[in-house]
Amino acid sequence: MFPELGQVTLIIALLLSVLLAVVPLYGSLTNRDSLQAFARPLTAGQFVFIAIAFGILTRAFLIDDFSVAYVANQSNSLMPWYYKFSAVWGGHEGSLLLWILMLSGWTLAVATFSRRLPSVMVSQVLSVMGMVAVGFLLFILMTSNPFDRILPNVPADGADLNPLLQDFGLIIHPPMLYMGYVGFSVAFAFAIAALINGRLDAAWARWSRPWTSVAWGFLTIGIALGSWWAYYELGWGGWWFWDPVENASLLPWISGTALIHSLAVTEKRGVFKSWTVLLAILTFALSLLGAFLVRSGVITSVHSFASDPTRGAFLLGLLAVTVVVSLTLYAFRAPVVHTRATFGPLSREVFLPLNNVLLMAALLLVLVGTIFPLISDYFELGNISIGEPFFNLTFSPIAVAVGILLGVGIFSRWKKTDEGYLARKLIFPSIGSVVIAATVVLTMGTFDSPGFIGFLDDIQLWAFFGVLSASWVILATLQDLWTKSSSRHGRLHGLRRQSRSFYGMVLGHVGLAMVIAGATVVNNFGIERNVRMSPGDVAQVGDYQFSFASVGEREGPNFTALVARFDISRNGEPVATLYPERRRYVVQRNMMTEAGIDGGFLRDIFVAVAEPVDSNAWAVRLQYKPLVRWTWLGALVMAIGGFLAVSDRRYRIRDTATERKKASATPLPESRPAEAGV
Amino acid sequence: MNPARKRKLTIILFLLAGLAVAVGLTTYAFRQNINLFYDPTQIAEGEAPVDVRIRAGGMVEDGSVVRDPDSLKVEFRVTDFTSAVTVRYEGILPDLFAEGQGVVTTGQLNSDRVFVAEQVLAKHDEKYMPPEVSDALEKSKARAAEEGREMPEY
Repeated sequence: MFPELGQVTLIIALLLSVLLAVVPLYGSLTNRDSLQAFARPLTAGQFVFIAIAFGILTRAFLIDDFSVAYVANQSNSLMPWYYKFSAVWGGHEGSLLLWILMLSGWTLAVATFSRRLPSVMVSQVLSVMGMVAVGFLLFILMTSNPFDRILPNVPADGADLNPLLQDFGLIIHPPMLYMGYVGFSVAFAFAIAALINGRLDAAWARWSRPWTSVAWGFLTIGIALGSWWAYYELGWGGWWFWDPVENASLLPWISGTALIHSLAVTEKRGVFKSWTVLLAILTFALSLLGAFLVRSGVITSVHSFASDPTRGAFLLGLLAVTVVVSLTLYAFRAPVVHTRATFGPLSREVFLPLNNVLLMAALLLVLVGTIFPLISDYFELGNISIGEPFFNLTFSPIAVAVGILLGVGIFSRWKKTDEGYLARKLIFPSIGSVVIAATVVLTMGTFDSPGFIGFLDDIQLWAFFGVLSASWVILATLQDLWTKSSSRHGRLHGLRRQSRSFYGMVLGHVGLAMVIAGATVVNNFGIERNVRMSPGDVAQVGDYQFSFASVGEREGPNFTALVARFDISRNGEPVATLYPERRRYVVQRNMMTEAGIDGGFLRDIFVAVAEPVDSNAWAVRLQYKPLVRWTWLGALVMAIGGFLAVSDRRYRIRDTATERKKASATPLPESRPAEAGV
Repeated sequence: MNPARKRKLTIILFLLAGLAVAVGLTTYAFRQNINLFYDPTQIAEGEAPVDVRIRAGGMVEDGSVVRDPDSLKVEFRVTDFTSAVTVRYEGILPDLFAEGQGVVTTGQLNSDRVFVAEQVLAKHDEKYMPPEVSDALEKSKARAAEEGREMPEY
């Protein structure tokens, strides 16, 4: 009975969403407060009913109710309870339910934390989010019902969850990612609401900023978790594959990053409003595109479950409606008022949009590389694939340029920056980063070709530029922090005086530098060897000796595993003992490689045992991966920066009256130094 | 030119420069990195270029996998049941690689018409067949039906 109840609650939630999409919006357009007052109760109701549906599906998993088709396909009675729980979003239907749960959660959060906003704005924002909810609830009810039953022949046991997904990373990766994707719908709703009532001003940007930063922070963590999971669970030690599904998450991330910076300029200086609105629409549209690419089955990967053409068509329709309606609205309502703010060529108002230009170039590259093969295949121009080299070749120069520009931009000021001042500020980061990059390349590189020409050949230029760009960002940030924190009452007082949003920016930039440094070093100086080994063999990888000590067996809850023992030493000193496994999952009869990893801040040692090549020999992958962890740690630091910026008190203390005053007073008379952090 | 126009022009020029760089890089990288897919029959009939990075795929022929006893070198034949191509590879094969399974390989065809693979991809669970491979098998099946040949079940 419970599953049927789940379906009923979803239908009720749909009805509430329809009301939410229509009533408050109508009330706001006709100035009827009584109708606008429905926005918050409807939002709460929608959330409660979706939460009940989610709870019912979770219950079906935990009590092994295999009469529900989705549970039977995704679960198995042998699975430990925590995987049964995470299996709720291990397949298409359940992950959509999670998506909708988060959407209604975000809507509820907007309703709760927007008491100081004008009620017209709140009603319209909540209505737009209601429309998004209508789209997704229709999608789930029409094409992907998680509560479908298998009756009367209930299977005795479930088909088990794909072993790749039976992992801690999967418990948290999708929720984080969805929080990001769905969170961008808030920025989108604010943009649409601003277009509807024509109030596209600094106050609007200020309201959107915290929501955008939080969504961006979650998306950053979600992407990093996915990358980390692929690193240790797919078994081969790569951390980014430029797989279309990864790209699908990177697209809204790049666009969201651009949006955060563009919102900063719009809020502080009241310029580039139209562009900011367009970015908010683009970011949400890219989230929908991501959902389409992943869920429609046009791309085959671990993420695309049983493909069903109606799902793809529905999502494509949803994307098309969103884009067409938003852009039409944009065409009619985009601000026609010219901004009176003036600024010089080296001002912060120029550097921030320049960052947007680079990010848009990166976005374009990833977008083309991702969807061109699909288009080519669809129009029968040939079945092509675009491999990693394309992305590495085109993305690396842009990443380096973003870093260099960022370092300069940090020192720029609103309105006008003196050239001499800028040049003086850049002396220290320039010298410092060249020294660091040269040191890293000379000490980590291998120089075994003879003569000076050979030496020149061995220099890895991209490694040099990557490290240069990363250390440039970090040094510039540190110098900026040093200058800003000088105070008559001592350094500590100066540091404490800085706002949280300034520290958010610092962390965001340091995190980015860490990602660039990690990616550059591991890709250029990592060592990978694939060898054939039997117990007793020793292999050398860089400075490390990998000794294959023995093999044994182990029984897991729903798998049997072959366990190898590897003793790792460096110049005779023992470093670690690793136990990589080859698991055979009983129900699905799948083989899984479970790598043995000795993780560290500066390097990872990685061993994976692949297929047996003889009765007592295996193909083994041995890796030395310097700084690989910086790619994920950097992402984490970035995300923390985003969350920290949101906790800034200026988002809390200002009330509506000052917002109005501020909005009408745009452009700002003068930007105070304390506000220079964006 | 008044300052506002001048500023606008600067911005537009920057945008155009960014776009030009992006388009230039994309086209350059595109030329190097587009890998077309060929099925074994196309390769046997000489449609596939030699010494160019391409992809090839089909089913791993039963009994065709030969391993080198001292290294990770391996040789196998990929077939669409009309023609087959020999693939040479050194490295780790995916977990689900096996005779009678679908694979997609990336690499180059050498002058002896042997496919030297840099990468071998297998399906990642038993329910899923790479779409290129199922297309190739469908084509081969249609051809077999025309010529009145028997196709094995796969």
